[in-house]
Parts: sequence; structure tokens; C-alpha cells
Amino acid sequence: MENKLTRNLYMLPYLLWIVLFVIAPIFLVLYYSFFDIEGNVSLVNYQKFFTPVYLKMTVSSFWYAFLITAFSLLVAYPTAYLLTKTKHKQLWLLLIIVPSWINLLLKAYAFLGIFGTYGAANSFLKMIGIGAQQILFTDFSFVFVSVYIFIPFMILPIFNSLNELNPTLLDAANDLGASKWTTFRRVIFPLTIDGVKSGCQVVFIPALSLFMLTRLIAGNRVITLGTAIEQQFLVTRDWGMGSTIAVFLIIIMVFIMIVTNTRKRGV
Amino acid sequence: MCSVDRKITPLSKLFLLIIFFILYAPIFFLVIFSFNSGETMYNFKGFSLEWYRELFQDTRLLIIVLNTVVVALLSALLSTIIGVLGALAIHQAKKRQTKNSLLSLNNVLIVSPDVIIGASFLILFTMAGIKLGFYSVLLSHIAFSIPIVVLMVLPKLMEMSPTLIDAARDLGASRWNVLTKVIIPFITPGIFAGFFMALTYSFDDFAVTFFVTGNGFSTLSVEIYSLARRGISLNINALSALLFLFTMLLVVIYYFITQRNKVNGMGVRKR
Repeated sequence: MENKLTRNLYMLPYLLWIVLFVIAPIFLVLYYSFFDIEGNVSLVNYQKFFTPVYLKMTVSSFWYAFLITAFSLLVAYPTAYLLTKTKHKQLWLLLIIVPSWINLLLKAYAFLGIFGTYGAANSFLKMIGIGAQQILFTDFSFVFVSVYIFIPFMILPIFNSLNELNPTLLDAANDLGASKWTTFRRVIFPLTIDGVKSGCQVVFIPALSLFMLTRLIAGNRVITLGTAIEQQFLVTRDWGMGSTIAVFLIIIMVFIMIVTNTRKRGV
Repeated sequence: MCSVDRKITPLSKLFLLIIFFILYAPIFFLVIFSFNSGETMYNFKGFSLEWYRELFQDTRLLIIVLNTVVVALLSALLSTIIGVLGALAIHQAKKRQTKNSLLSLNNVLIVSPDVIIGASFLILFTMAGIKLGFYSVLLSHIAFSIPIVVLMVLPKLMEMSPTLIDAARDLGASRWNVLTKVIIPFITPGIFAGFFMALTYSFDDFAVTFFVTGNGFSTLSVEIYSLARRGISLNINALSALLFLFTMLLVVIYYFITQRNKVNGMGVRKR
């Protein structure tokens, strides 16, 4: 009736998308990383990347991403745990998720007001007798705002895995004489480790690469890998160097995904 | 004994209360100060709608809002069409390996950081000779929305019993009829969810747009960023209050879509 070619013609737009917008961009980034700022083929970008300036930036970017992920986890785990115990837990979960739908820039902007010199945070500090501090444009404000933004993304996967936990296992642990802490350490946490891992994944990778937060909240004090890429592409216009940093960011990303993806997520 | 663990203590209630307070306080803070007759975000002088009036008189901003809406609707529509075709392609792949590699390729843009998507698309458009502006923004929004549509539609296709198609074929339906009369009606909830997610992705995107937008074209997120970099201006507060209302509306719509259809999981925004 119809031959195979016309039958498969419908796939064309999608396959074209894969080739043009998934595969080509990765190769273009790789390709550009071998050009210096004058357009000559060279490895100078890679040499530059391994100088102390860029290595230090990479390490500090990792450090911030680690701090952000760790604090998010510290806040998100107990929250998710308590949420599973509430009545109407799906509704409460929805309320946790709603702020993640609000435009990220508006949330960052809110903190410009709250953390400003005369802002709400400083009035509070004055009231309790500590006195006004410089909060905006510090490491603290950067980490705080990032954690604020990422918490819903961390809570959701943890909530889901806690929700799937079979409550009879907790009864069993209890009956066998385990203390609450032992139950948590030996039963609850190991069984929800997948949720924790995917939560860490969805927080850590963006934390390495968000550049608008560092610009707005941290002034230019904090330079993450994302900020560096944006800087090279849009300010310095050294696309080669920007691409090189992007190549490393991609490598790091793939590595993190391999580490955090133990369970096969097949179809 | 065992029920002890399932009760929520006052202390835990307090903890949850604090978390909810921290999550919502900044948003309400913005909204409250949008009604400030003063000019700062720390000294509430009195109630006024001054900033809203100013907002609605700002034609430049209104054009930007219009741009944003047009890009979002067009990109959601086109990415939904291509995404549905893609989901069908993945679903019909016979070999498991083909299926898995298509799916992995599909997910690349979902897990990639925005900066990398933005930077690589900038290179792509420059090399292809596409002028930065409306079309480059539209193309990139379509590109990063397609995978999410696929992920919303695919589970619906998987749910569909293959005997349904066999039955239709046996009863003499052509391939086209099978698609339009059997498959599409079955996956419609997934298509709607995909369209909706694509819409919100497009509305919310900042980083990718920031890279591929030229001088003459701007979307709301990019505009907010450049305003915020200049400092506090209560215009932005008024804008954010309106956007907050709009977002609430979207949340309610999305809630009803998922409640009616039980699409997989709740949609948390990418970032």
C-alpha cells in the first residue's frame, strides 16, 4: 500500500531536531574549543584551563555547588519526611512546588530587597540587637538564595521515594527493637537513597552553572563555571575559551549523572 | 507503639511552618511592596496603585510581554507537534537498543545546563547565518521544549494496548485513520500536558534566551534581569505581582489537568 519510506516520513522533523539541536551543538562546542581568540587552531584554551586561575575557579565552583547541594539536602530531607506524615500530603507538596513555578529572576530580585542595606533582614538583625550587616554580595547570600531556589527540586524526589516506602518495614524495625535513629540509618535512608541521588543531581548541575544568581546576588564575587561561560561568550567574546569551559562542564555533568544514576531508568 | 511514629509533633509542625514561611515570604514581600507609594523596598509609605499605572503605560514593556506570549504560544504549538511525532517514532522503534538511544538523545537537552544550551545554540545560529532575534529565540524555545513533550506523551503511548491498533487495522482502518481516530484521542491528555509544560518552559526561560536574543528583541525574563541589574525599581514588583497571579492560574489549570488524567508525576520546573 505505502512503501517504507513514506511510512517513516513522519519521523523526519523529530530526527532533524535530534541532529540539528542535540548532536550538532555538542560537536560545535567541541569544535570551537580548539580555536583561540584570533581564530587559529590551537590547544591554547586547554592550556589556559589548566592554569591556576581556571583550576581555582573550577574548584571554588565545585565547593559552592557542594555547599548548596548539602544545605538543600539538610533542609529538604526532614521537610519531605514530615510532609509524608501530614494529612492531605499531596496538597502540601503542591504548595511546596508552587514557588518553583515563579520566575527565578523575580525570586532573586526579591532578595535584593530583603538582603539590602536597609532591607527586611537587616531590620530584623537590628531588632534582635546584632545590628546591620552587609548581607547582599556575600557568599552567604549567594548560598542562601540558591538553596531557597533549589529546595523544591530537592524535596520532590525525596518525597516520592519516602512516599513509596512500605510502612510495615518501619513497624518491623520497631518490633525488632531498633531505635528511631537506627531505623532511620539502616532502613529509611538506604531505601530512599535513589530519591536523594536524583535530588542531588537536579541541584548540583544547575548550581555549577547558574550565572544570573552570581551576577545579581553575589555581585561579581562568586564566579561559577556558568558565570565564566557567560562571561567568555557575551562579554569577552572569546568563544573558544567559553567552549572549552563548556566542554569541561559537559564532562563533569556526564560524570555526575553516571555517579548518581545507579538505577536503570529504561523505558 | 507503631503509630507513635506516624503522628506529627508540634515541633515538626513548627519546622514545616518555618519552611513554608521562608518559601513564601519573599514572594509576598515583592507583592506587598508593589503597592508602596514610596520608591524603595524597605520603607512602606502608603498604599497606591501608582506602579501598576506606570506599568500599563509603558508601551515598550507591553510589547515585550506580547513578544513573550507570542514566542511561548508558537513554540509550545510547534514543539508539541514535533514532540508527538517523536514520541510516536520512539514508541514504534522495534529494537530495544534503538529505543533507548533515541530516548537518551531526547533527554540530553533536559539535563544539560541552560548555559551550555544557550552557548551552543548561539554558535549554531551564528554558523547557520540566522540573525539573532525573534527567530533564533523561537527556534531555541522549540528545541528545548520538544524533549519534555516527548516525555509527557510517551507514557500515554506505552499505556495504550497494542490490541487496540490491531483491532482498528483488522476492521479496515487505514494508517491515517488509526492515527487520527485511535492513537491521538487516546494520548490527548499527554499532549495537553506536554503543550502546557512547553508553554511554561518558554515563559520561564531566561538563560537560553539571554544567549540567543539579539539587541532588538527581548522577552520578559531578559527584561527583568536587565532591570534588576540596575537595582530596585518598584515597577518590577508590580510586574511580579501580576506574574504571580498568572502563575497561580497556570498552577490551578495544571493541577486540574493532572488530576483528571493522572499524567506521570507532578511537574516541577526544571530550574
